[in-house]
Amino acid sequence: MSQSTSTMGNEKVVSSRRKFLKTAATIAGATIGYSWLKSSQVLLHAAEPKNESLPWYGIVIDIQKCIGCGNCAKACKNENDVPKEPFFFRTWIEQYTVKNDGSVDIVSPNGGIDGFEQRVPTEDIFKSFFVPKMCNHCSKSPCTQVCPVGATYEGPEGVVLIDEKYCIGCRYCVQACPYGCRFIHPVKKVANKCTLCYHRLKKGLAPACMEVCPTGARMYGNLRDKNSEIVKFLKEHTTQVLRPHLNTGSKLYYNALSSEVR
Amino acid sequence: MEPHYQHLYDILAHSQGYIFPNEIDLQWGILIVVYPFITGLVAGAFILASLERVFKVKILKPTYQIALLTALSFLLVATMPLISHLSQPQRAYEIMITPHSSSAMAIFGFVYLWYLMVVLLLEIWFDYRHSMVVWANEKSGIMRWVYKILTLGVNDISPRTVKWDRKLGYIITVVGIPSAFILHGYVGFIFGSIKANPWWSTPLMPIIFLFSAMVSGISLVLLVYMIISYFRKQIIDLNVLDSIGKYLFFVLILDFTLEGLDQIQRIYEAGESFEILKLLVSSKLYLTLFVSQGLIGTIIPLVTLAFLQFYKHQIKVRKTMYFIIGILVLIGVYSMRWNVVIGGQLFSKSFAGFTSFKVGLIGLDGTLMAIFWLILPIGILAFLLWLLPPWKMVKEED
Amino acid sequence: MKFYVPPQIPRLALAFGLFITLFLVLRHFLVPDTFGKYGHYRAASLIDNTLPEIHYAGQQACFVCHQDIEDKKAQDVHSDIHCETCHGPGEKHVVNSKVEKILKPTGREFCGSCHALNAAKLKSAIFQIDLYKHNIGKNCIECHNPHQPWEMKK
Repeated sequence: MSQSTSTMGNEKVVSSRRKFLKTAATIAGATIGYSWLKSSQVLLHAAEPKNESLPWYGIVIDIQKCIGCGNCAKACKNENDVPKEPFFFRTWIEQYTVKNDGSVDIVSPNGGIDGFEQRVPTEDIFKSFFVPKMCNHCSKSPCTQVCPVGATYEGPEGVVLIDEKYCIGCRYCVQACPYGCRFIHPVKKVANKCTLCYHRLKKGLAPACMEVCPTGARMYGNLRDKNSEIVKFLKEHTTQVLRPHLNTGSKLYYNALSSEVR
Repeated sequence: MEPHYQHLYDILAHSQGYIFPNEIDLQWGILIVVYPFITGLVAGAFILASLERVFKVKILKPTYQIALLTALSFLLVATMPLISHLSQPQRAYEIMITPHSSSAMAIFGFVYLWYLMVVLLLEIWFDYRHSMVVWANEKSGIMRWVYKILTLGVNDISPRTVKWDRKLGYIITVVGIPSAFILHGYVGFIFGSIKANPWWSTPLMPIIFLFSAMVSGISLVLLVYMIISYFRKQIIDLNVLDSIGKYLFFVLILDFTLEGLDQIQRIYEAGESFEILKLLVSSKLYLTLFVSQGLIGTIIPLVTLAFLQFYKHQIKVRKTMYFIIGILVLIGVYSMRWNVVIGGQLFSKSFAGFTSFKVGLIGLDGTLMAIFWLILPIGILAFLLWLLPPWKMVKEED
Repeated sequence: MKFYVPPQIPRLALAFGLFITLFLVLRHFLVPDTFGKYGHYRAASLIDNTLPEIHYAGQQACFVCHQDIEDKKAQDVHSDIHCETCHGPGEKHVVNSKVEKILKPTGREFCGSCHALNAAKLKSAIFQIDLYKHNIGKNCIECHNPHQPWEMKK
């Protein structure tokens, strides 16, 4: 191309164009090179904080193992003094039933605590599965971002906690959570949510939901420890977080998550 | 004290499709509808006053102080609906002492304070200082002291000092215009920055809030001007109405265009939330969006205002029409706030169902409370007009 | 010529100065002690969050007394199921076993909460029974020992 321009006798244009192309190529090359080197930086992931001696917790839920017995949701309410009425859940189970016509039926009667009765006739079912839900303990959590007073925060172990003595009850965090994991405690009148049973973790006990899960569908562990069971699981399975496009840095990974799940 | 859950069971019975179990209880009720509505009135009224001052629109002079005092009386109340909806209102001060820098709501506290202390109060103070000094000398007893305190003891009314009142007031006005934009833009940002909520999360939200604020503020000043004139048995200056009407017309067109753009963008992009939002506007929000906000609050006032640009006869008819337009626009903007705040919470974040909302009458979060917060500023305005009557101010040479 | 300062300015500066000072003084006394130690929150709240009492003791606490059940359980398919899954929260029982008793659930419904047929349960995840066909009228534990389900009772 520069050849054809030079035959037109306009050397100045050519040289300046060549210069421009050179610069452009350098910039493009540098950009591509840089982006290759830094490629992991633009991926949506939960970035682990550095230089910490404490564990950094993540959660795995294996949808293939969940049988919808509701023990987790029940135990959670018992352990954390959540009112038994069906409006307040730190964890709950949803049943998705994809019908043969492509429509999806979603139910969560009393959060799954009383179990599930399949209401779609067997012949109409394309597939069905349970999805336990709980706080995603996001590392870029939208809920702690919006708290006006710092009454909810990500603790040093990567657990999103609430300061019940400091919460003003503005409910902004409830609005900001894309997963519907927060509620206002009707008695305490402050925000409430899953703490990954922080009080149990600190005593060396598993969170109540995981203590009682009969099939081991839930797992928590130290993401920092590259030899931990959870990291091993994440390596060996194709896991997904909920709503990855929102870039919440969720640390709740689902195995065998179906695309119908929101 | 055991809370009563009956109303939640009622809502549960009325919910449709699948909603996350924690979403049955609507978090932000009617008070949060009132809050951006009031803030919008403040910003709008102030911007109208500033127009007069900065761009020297002589014709609007009779509305200048009225607009400022209206803005102040609504601003004083603006945070009250917010505070009264908190479930721990006694902790509200925390938002000022440990504001979280990444929270739109926390920074709003400072934007609010800046606007109240540095913009509105100062501007009114500079504007009234000369008159207050004179009033303090005229009155006796307690009122004399009230005015003396209000002047902060600056009693100098030499021409040079008074000239500085005007100069400084002008500077404040210039600072005030972007402040008013920020104040209400920020309210929009409180909603627009929630990425979890597709009905709110749009970069246009602050701008839409701003323009609807201007629309509502201008209408309010129009109404207040007419009502004050009626009570003072003064003839309403039709030129003032025409002039305000013209501004209202243009801002309303802008507002309508922006909101239209926002919706067109949504409809064309048709992202993952499209189906649920389509259902939302065609069922739950049909009345408040298409009828109340669209037809009553926008289309009818727009057509009427366009008509009034040409139709110049029958003074009485035109005055009545302006009055009705003012009310319709306020209804429209209130509906807009409703559609944003309540509409944004009616659909589940699972995008698979709806909860329902029935506003209660009594209680801290009820209709009566909302009405109270809407009436209180009118009372404050009446008081301010009595304390600082614009029509008794000391006339100054320009 | 002396530079002219309009009298409004020093007075307003004083008023604003007072206001800001008052604010800062109040702030000084109102901000909680441990606020901001680790981040924008009350560090003491981390401790507050560890304070709630536990309700589920964890199965190691059960095995301290119920060694026999542990051994039984280990031999069969319920080996990975922790005691409190079926018996409910046991911390009170651990602390005071004389007074506080644990749940001993019985009935087809209870076993069905895991084992009832449902299209959403994978066959590999759990053994499922059609409660409407399998030995109707009988209680599961009449035949199955819950701690050792395949040790059939005669």
